[in-house]
Amino acid sequence: MTTTTRPAVHKRGTTDRIKKNLVSGKLAAVLLLLPPALIVFSLFVILPLVDAAYYSGFSWNGYGAPSDFVGMQNYARLLDHSVFHTALWNTAKLIIVSIVIQMPIALGLALLVYKKTPTNTLFRLVFFLPYILAEVAAGLIWSFVFDGDYGITASIFQSLGQESVYVLSDSQWAFPAIMTVIVWKYFGFHMMIYIAALQGVPKDLIEAAKLEGAKTRQIALFIQIPMIKHALVVSGFFAIIGSLQIFDIIIPMTNGGPSNSTHTIVTYLYTFGLSRLNIGFGSAAAVVLFVLAIGIAFFYQRATGKENKA
Amino acid sequence: MNNTTRNTFRVIFLILIAGLVIAPLLASFFGGFKSNAELRINPLWLPTSWNPENYVSIFLDGSFWRYMGNSFFISSMTVLLTLIVGAAAAYVFAQIKFLGSKMILSYLLLGLMFPFAAAILPLFIKVRDLGLLDSYWAVILPQTAFGLSLAILLFKAFFDQLPKELFEAAYVDGCSYLRFFWSFTLPLSTPILATVGVFVFVQSWNNFLLPLIVLNDRSLYTWPLGMMQFQGEYLTEWNMILAFVTLTIIPAVIFFLAAQKYIVAGLTGGSVKG
Repeated sequence: MTTTTRPAVHKRGTTDRIKKNLVSGKLAAVLLLLPPALIVFSLFVILPLVDAAYYSGFSWNGYGAPSDFVGMQNYARLLDHSVFHTALWNTAKLIIVSIVIQMPIALGLALLVYKKTPTNTLFRLVFFLPYILAEVAAGLIWSFVFDGDYGITASIFQSLGQESVYVLSDSQWAFPAIMTVIVWKYFGFHMMIYIAALQGVPKDLIEAAKLEGAKTRQIALFIQIPMIKHALVVSGFFAIIGSLQIFDIIIPMTNGGPSNSTHTIVTYLYTFGLSRLNIGFGSAAAVVLFVLAIGIAFFYQRATGKENKA
Repeated sequence: MNNTTRNTFRVIFLILIAGLVIAPLLASFFGGFKSNAELRINPLWLPTSWNPENYVSIFLDGSFWRYMGNSFFISSMTVLLTLIVGAAAAYVFAQIKFLGSKMILSYLLLGLMFPFAAAILPLFIKVRDLGLLDSYWAVILPQTAFGLSLAILLFKAFFDQLPKELFEAAYVDGCSYLRFFWSFTLPLSTPILATVGVFVFVQSWNNFLLPLIVLNDRSLYTWPLGMMQFQGEYLTEWNMILAFVTLTIIPAVIFFLAAQKYIVAGLTGGSVKG
């Protein structure tokens, strides 16, 4: 190909050649390299989200074209459904526990192990281990831990001379048990974010404070934690968005039960939308999830952005 | 309290926490060696005899390998596609400015904010209408799509930092944009390719919701689905279930130890800077 065009190109000036190459090479690169990403992303991310909004206006089992338009009825049914209220409240609980319990634990441990020593590396590995496990594997192991006949909680109750509690079949205990597992599973992730940030805090700052006679606790409170505020903001964001999407752990542990007491928004839309082929109804729940995620992200950014400037 | 006693207390405290964190995993590993009767009286501690029978029977069962193979194929393909498609797009944004390129970039980064779960019902319909249900692609393509935003963000940041003089020199020598991408940008970017690749692999390896929705055929099951299937068959034979879970955890732990540098970089990379 190049050999046939070469003579023509030689006749023109070098600058022209560069220009032509530039234009054609650029265009070819854009036309070849960009579309795959655009197509895959539009088809499997953007379109489904648009579809969800559209489907949510219909009563539809997923077969044929949606034709039975019901307006806002799916949303009205959703807001009337007590299980959906439970799912929303449970999701809110997950957010609260992640921020109020999980993040402080992660921060405390990060402050204890952030320095680069061999023992610290080992502790970090152990604390991070739950995070790399698949949620389903973690869920199954903990189902065993909480099992009323075989589990570890059962033998604790027995050794105390108490009657065994079937934690995951007890609507009072099932969700707290799930929240425990979620803290166990994800605190290591937040800890890693804090460690990376703590290692970036200038050492002379801490040395100077030590020379002034500051205690470890004071250094943490007044130097280190303020210096890693950005990492705290980011991890808080992950905690919220992650909590909104909890699904995998619930399915092996309780599957939403007992008596629908442990649903989250996502297990709800899976159970009542897809398993029962109420695509329209489930899509309404998906839209609520979507709006919550975007809304929270927006307000969170505004709130924390302001704080950063102040 | 002097420094040494303080440090001793710190280490003792950390050992206690580490014990709590790791106890369920050890119980699972030990439990795989026990009989169900022994498990009932001794759920946590070492087995009285290290009987590998449960583990061996899972190893000899073809479906375990089938699940692992499916997961491996799906995860590898997702990594390959995400790296190629994501790096190609990021290269355009980093190297070529054209009208609307910023808008297109913002569009592709929208995925960073979207909760994947909100899309699953329409995704099921879409995958079905495309005739992809019960195929590997039903998992690979949506996974790639949802991983693209983060991949493009990280790739572009990395490509932006590559020295511009390099491109100018290559360009004067008649190197085209496409060739430069292939023979310079990609080889120079192995650290970020590895980081994103490892991260995408782990996400795909552990993914449950998407395969659950688009795979019905047991011969295509990824291992999280296979594990749920296994649990459904063995119900309260916890020793078998724990053996199965342990066998799926061990490769994950080995992989993590080998690639931890990249996993941690991928997790904390975008979040700590800026």
